Amino acid sequence: MSCELSRTILHGYFDGELDAARAAEFERHLENCAECVAALEAEESVRSAIGRGKMYATAPAGLRKRVLDEVRGGNAAVARVAEMPQRGYQARKPYWGWLAAAAAILLVAYVGYRELAGLQSNSDEAVTAAQVVDAHLRSLQPGHLTDVVSTDQHTVKPWFDGKVDFAPPVKDFAEQGFPLQGGRLDVIRGRTVAALVYGRRKHFISVFVWPAQGKDGGRHSGALQGYQWLDWRSGGMEFWAASDTAATDLEQLRQLFGQ
Amino acid sequence: MKESARGKDSDVENSPDQVRFEQLVLPHLDAAFNLARWLLRSRADAEDVAQEAMLRAYRFFSGFHGGDARAWLLQIVRNSCYTWLEKNGAAEKLTEFNEELHGPASPTPEALTIAGDEERRLANALESLPARYREVIVLRELEGCSYKEIATIAAIPIGTVMSALARGRRQLQLALLNPARKGAAREL
Repeated sequence: MSCELSRTILHGYFDGELDAARAAEFERHLENCAECVAALEAEESVRSAIGRGKMYATAPAGLRKRVLDEVRGGNAAVARVAEMPQRGYQARKPYWGWLAAAAAILLVAYVGYRELAGLQSNSDEAVTAAQVVDAHLRSLQPGHLTDVVSTDQHTVKPWFDGKVDFAPPVKDFAEQGFPLQGGRLDVIRGRTVAALVYGRRKHFISVFVWPAQGKDGGRHSGALQGYQWLDWRSGGMEFWAASDTAATDLEQLRQLFGQ
Repeated sequence: MKESARGKDSDVENSPDQVRFEQLVLPHLDAAFNLARWLLRSRADAEDVAQEAMLRAYRFFSGFHGGDARAWLLQIVRNSCYTWLEKNGAAEKLTEFNEELHGPASPTPEALTIAGDEERRLANALESLPARYREVIVLRELEGCSYKEIATIAAIPIGTVMSALARGRRQLQLALLNPARKGAAREL
């Protein structure tokens, strides 16, 4: 490697951390630097291998239980019962015993609930991801891409008034390489949602937006039938992006929406 | 864990701290375990250290004044991991990665094309990196942290996050190309 940028700025670009001006400048550089293009491809290939590799180590159920146990005073309370006689807290002993028992029951109920909720949300996610990718595919059929064709966010945003019961955040990111193409209505999980369409080089990205159920955050991603999807919540909205472009593009778009 | 400033009586009732801790910090247990697993290179050790770190976080929770709970927790996890590594004689010298050892190969997507045991190869390659590069890659690629969050968690200036990632990724690619040299990198 001899191009200095491939060791520095390229990574900021790859991570969507450059400001618009520097990102645009680097894209101009990319047009003339085969080395950086190759380096970017190599990084993307490693990133998608990491994505495929299921390398994220989730906490074992036993650990979760032990931590909850401690926090809820289960074990800790029991430990204190043992200490109490020396400390002269004898009178409170029966109370601690009950508390420990109650905590144990609560804990079992809570862990059970959390696990069920976890399973539920995983399969929920898979269903939504499938519908999002399907909706994106459908939109690519002739004439289905957009209901309102405009690159002007001030045209697209009011178009949704009265068509959905919320105000989707419509922003144009043309300067950052994601020009707004328009919007349309779609149905995901039986709910009418706003779909924003962005261009990315020669690809299209659909971003489906509807009011979120949970707190902001929660970034998830995956691939289905060769299409990437990325889900996150911000500003009280649920976002699902789908496209055949690189996963890094979706990530970059997510960060643009977050700004 | 009860000697905290919260005092004895607040432990008996369900303290608001406990509820807040369960809402804000506990959901990041996976993040805590994942970081510990990659820093310690062992699931068993990660379980112990992540548990200890969660309890430390709970003890110090009164010192958390809002903001990014995940970053706050991961800072504690990271410190616990390095303390553990030191105690167990496994502390790594933060030596510069020796590129000579790994050859001056220039990775291409083709060369990185993956065999069936891709996951194992990746894990080995990642584990072969020095901890300070391994952690930024784990935080960025697995945890999806922003540069700002990485700077907070890894206690480095935000300006160095990009260069740490650049170096780490280069080493990761080299390690993927030269899996046999894994031991050499590990002993640095």
